Amino acid sequence: MSATLEIRWHGRGGQGTVTAAKVLADACLSGGRHVQAFPEYGPERAGAPLRAYNRVSSKELRMHCPVLNPDVVAVVDATLLDSINVAEGAREGAAFVVNTSRDPKEIRQKLKVGPSNKVYTVDATRIALDCFGRAMPNSPMLGALCKVTGLVSIEDLLEDVRKSFGKKFAQKVIDGNIEAARRGYEEVKEG
Amino acid sequence: MAKVVAVTGNEAVANALRQVNPDVCGIYPITPQTDMMQRYASFISNGKVDTEAILVESEHSSMSACIGASAAGGRVVTATSSQGLALMWEMLHIASGDRLPIIMPVVNRALSAPLNIHGDHSDAMGARDTGWIQIWSENGQEAYDNTIQAFRIGEHMDIRLPVMVCMDGFIISHSIERLEYLEDAAVKDFVGPFKNLFPLLDLEKPKSYGPLILTDLYHEYKRAQHEVMMKVKDVVLDVAKDFEKLSGRKYGLFEAYRLEDADIAVVILNSAAGTTKDVVDELRDKGVKAGLLKPRLFRPFPYEEMAEALKNTKAVCVMDRSDSFGGYGPLFMEVSSALYQMKNRPALINKIYGLGGRDYLPSHGEMVFNELAEIAAGGKIRACKEYIGVRE
Repeated sequence: MSATLEIRWHGRGGQGTVTAAKVLADACLSGGRHVQAFPEYGPERAGAPLRAYNRVSSKELRMHCPVLNPDVVAVVDATLLDSINVAEGAREGAAFVVNTSRDPKEIRQKLKVGPSNKVYTVDATRIALDCFGRAMPNSPMLGALCKVTGLVSIEDLLEDVRKSFGKKFAQKVIDGNIEAARRGYEEVKEG
Repeated sequence: MAKVVAVTGNEAVANALRQVNPDVCGIYPITPQTDMMQRYASFISNGKVDTEAILVESEHSSMSACIGASAAGGRVVTATSSQGLALMWEMLHIASGDRLPIIMPVVNRALSAPLNIHGDHSDAMGARDTGWIQIWSENGQEAYDNTIQAFRIGEHMDIRLPVMVCMDGFIISHSIERLEYLEDAAVKDFVGPFKNLFPLLDLEKPKSYGPLILTDLYHEYKRAQHEVMMKVKDVVLDVAKDFEKLSGRKYGLFEAYRLEDADIAVVILNSAAGTTKDVVDELRDKGVKAGLLKPRLFRPFPYEEMAEALKNTKAVCVMDRSDSFGGYGPLFMEVSSALYQMKNRPALINKIYGLGGRDYLPSHGEMVFNELAEIAAGGKIRACKEYIGVRE
């Protein structure tokens, strides 16, 4: 992977995708790294497809435009695989992380990506339902991305989830999200 | 010690305002600025500042309240975008004509119609002739730094003028980036206590603001406004020098990026300048002598300095994220005026890009530099002004 890592998130409004990109940026701040996190702003409707982006680099980030050639594509809602080409512009060797209960091999076929690409799956919605009873897959997706990219240690990520969610939510919800992120980290599968 | 954070442009500027802790803040929401004043309102509610918030029913009222508070003798701020700035138009002239050093972050956004909430520079360019100082910012760090410096510039005893600090709506205001906050005490010390000049609340010495001046002295009054504007450049540079000592970050009237030996150059404001710098680096790696000039101080405009910086180039493209329909882009007109005073000047073209938040991509920058390379090699200019990134 190049000196700058670019991530493109695909989700639907209401799944916490934008929050996930923000938490990841904050967690990646350590070690003097430069970070960006920004969503594509359209009409904000629950269920509407949306994109969010991250850049993480050892160099100053001056590029202020959407990520066109991602190193990592995170698909928070697998139903998007039927309606948009999430692989568009992905770099040679790009990794795909998809929230689904299906097998990574099946997803690989659906994505029609080359042998250099890595495809990972994690049942993030199931994990979220188990851990805090809501179909909010962002925390387990963050855990999975943490494992796949190696950008930050899981401990640092969990600390950041605690910090970010701590401002808004009750302790039970925070604990549930931390458990969900940890399980996302542990349960993500490569295929 | 400076604190490294990952925050949005709006959050960064709200924090700069918190560190300055002004006396009065006029508050009215408008996308994409809303989030900045919302954060500032939280600082007020949580006792982090002792600013008096004036909640108003429109931006016209917000600027009117700021004018009253500033004339009364307070350090005053507000923030706005787009239609909000447009609605303030009448009062903007009163603020500058009365020489009131109000500080106003402007989160740049397109103007209606048709309705569009995204980033372009039409709002602030429309306020070009209102007598306000304008400082433009590439990213969250610059918006934060410029906001802090704006107090020293506008409140300088030789200046006493209102200042707009511009940054791109959404692209910067809502994007999280790494930046460094200065210490609260360091900012407070840098900005210093507010010094009054002719406060209305000094009841021992009654005075009048904005009286009727007809043909006898209005002409002279306006010349005085121009003359004080001409002193602003030196103050901006002095303040920048002090700020560099504090922060290690260097600011000028504009930023010249790899321009020294450049044959071809782009002049471009704000966030798109960052994207274009990456394009310049790629071209330099291929041996192309490309450079960039990013204006910072737009009013007053540094004509001589900019002409000097561009004098060795062969072809220049001025890129505008706003337009004057039936005319050239506003930045182009300024650069064109600056270059006209030189005997030998580069070929000059104008591109309009990114209106209403249309993405500006590295490929757009490459395309422009390729055209400039052809012109520099003796090729013909096919169109002086052109829209780029257009869906056909």
